[in-house]
Amino acid sequence: MSDECVLETEGLTKEFAGFTAVKDVSLRVRRGSIHALIGPNGAGKTTCFNLLTKFLEPTGGKITYKGRDITSMKPADVARLGLIRSFQISAVFPHLTALENVRVALQRDRGNSFDFWRSKKVLDVYNDRARALLDDVGLSEYADTVAVEMPYGRKRALEIATTLALDPEMMLLDEPMAGMGHEDIDKIAALIKRVSANRTILMVEHNLNVVANLSDRITVLTRGQVLAEGDYATVSKNPEVRQAYMGAGDA
Amino acid sequence: MTAQAITSSAAIDAAKRRDEMIAFAVMALFLLVAPAIIYPFFLMQALCFALFACAFNLLIGYVGLLSFGHAMFLGLAGYVSAHMAKTGAVDIGPLHLHFGPVDPVLAIVCGVAASAVLGVITGALAIRRQGIYFAMITLALSQMIYFFCLQAPFTHGEDGIQGVPQGKAFGLIDLSHQTTMYYFVLAVFLAGFLMIHRIINSPFGDVLKSIRENEPRAISLGYKTDQYKLAAFVLSAALVGLAGATKSIVAQNASLTDVENAMSGQVILMTLVGGLGTFFGPVVGAFIIIAMQNYLAGFGQWVTVIQGAIFVACVLAFRRGIIGEIAHRLGLSL
Ligand SMILES: Nc1ncnc2c1ncn2[C@@H]1O[C@H](COP(=O)(O)OP(=O)(O)OP(=O)(O)O)[C@@H](O)[C@H]1O
Ligand SMILES: [Mg+2]
Repeated sequence: MSDECVLETEGLTKEFAGFTAVKDVSLRVRRGSIHALIGPNGAGKTTCFNLLTKFLEPTGGKITYKGRDITSMKPADVARLGLIRSFQISAVFPHLTALENVRVALQRDRGNSFDFWRSKKVLDVYNDRARALLDDVGLSEYADTVAVEMPYGRKRALEIATTLALDPEMMLLDEPMAGMGHEDIDKIAALIKRVSANRTILMVEHNLNVVANLSDRITVLTRGQVLAEGDYATVSKNPEVRQAYMGAGDA
Repeated sequence: MTAQAITSSAAIDAAKRRDEMIAFAVMALFLLVAPAIIYPFFLMQALCFALFACAFNLLIGYVGLLSFGHAMFLGLAGYVSAHMAKTGAVDIGPLHLHFGPVDPVLAIVCGVAASAVLGVITGALAIRRQGIYFAMITLALSQMIYFFCLQAPFTHGEDGIQGVPQGKAFGLIDLSHQTTMYYFVLAVFLAGFLMIHRIINSPFGDVLKSIRENEPRAISLGYKTDQYKLAAFVLSAALVGLAGATKSIVAQNASLTDVENAMSGQVILMTLVGGLGTFFGPVVGAFIIIAMQNYLAGFGQWVTVIQGAIFVACVLAFRRGIIGEIAHRLGLSL
């Protein structure tokens, strides 16, 4: 693993009508690592993700991705640089089938496809790849199921398959295992480990076992500020972290 | 497993296509013979409104954008095509071109172009906002277009443009002959309908649907959703323009009725009654509403009350609309 930073923030700050949700956060995510962002509810983790992917405009600070200042970019342009996020609340396209969900992402490959005069049969070339991606996350038998009818855990898996369809250099996963049963958690954890091979992953996760097993590095956030950073052993020994986070009953 | 999945997926697609093709054949066949049993002028009017509703449905049903101002595209195109067919005079600023009455087809093309341009301008303003704010902006803009149409000299204010000649399409097909005019309108309608069907079933259409389903997710995948929404808005505006322009040639007039807010409400009603987000729903909805207006005209103001009641009933009890309900019950794709 190289020490090179793929994503970096300096003094990242977000205020909502006088309330500071993210305050002076400086984050460095190393290329090829799995980096976990943890913290109690309301710590500002999702807000951080929204800032990094430009779904929210930062009040202050700077975001650098692959050496490029992306602070004033549009969210779709950030995505086009290979920085793809998932959402805390399951984000599938509910009335499309699993296959169509993945294909929407694969179709990005065609550039800005405004060709409304062409039959969508031209998208059939993506079907094999879409099926392979669904196989990867254990969703082969759901290919023709409309997403809204899939069980919750499967929807989350579909979301990951859709994200992977873009073959992103960096993935931001917001609580990918929230609301899943044990078996699903193990499956998704293994999947994340596997797909992390040639990309960088920044994930928010409350399940500390998962965090301990998966992550190379952990940043702890409380009240919008970085409380501690380091590997699991270091962070879990930190008394402030124990009090602020683990004392909250999650451990 | 994979082989099985492929066949089942292809089978689903094939079944869907078959349902739609059969329904289309039934509709086309009915419309081909309809003038023998139904008053052609009513049919032509209904077809124009049906295209209007289908184009409106493209936006609300497949992109999830609810416009409260679609009458502006219907009305403006109607005025432009009526004006071109009648006088063919273009006086914009320093530009003074007098073509004389133009071919009805060219007049319709001018109407479509006018609506498309208006679609670009109003769309660029409206799509910046979501949900109810989007609807409010379209409403406000259509109100402005209404006042423009009331004030601009070429629209003749309260009088509207009357006595529009029907002329000869392509200089050959005599549209003053009612049967000929009917098949001309039918051809326009079917072309518009098929174009909408294609738009929805194109790669572009899939992106639109993903925006309707979950816009933030579509953005996070790298889609510039504003551009897609604008493109869909302009396509819808142009197709509404096609309906409005054709309508003014059929009715031989253009008036304020078509630019009024009430007309924007009518198209919402037609689409809801027939079935939002279904291919054939808006057509059925338009025929029902226009039939009610024509055949219940004796009831005067009560027509409005009846329409209101239908609206409430649809929203409360039949959210899928007539075609949506049928398709759901029979497990069809219509
Ligand atoms: N759009 C917004 N407007 C106002 N306040 C907001 C907004 N978004 C988030 N907040 C506030 O910012 C704080 C941080 O929220 P955020 O969602 O980032 O927390 P989180 O760490 O992701 O929590 P959780 O673990 O519950 O997901 C919360 O107090 C929240 O109420
Ligand atoms: Mg969160």
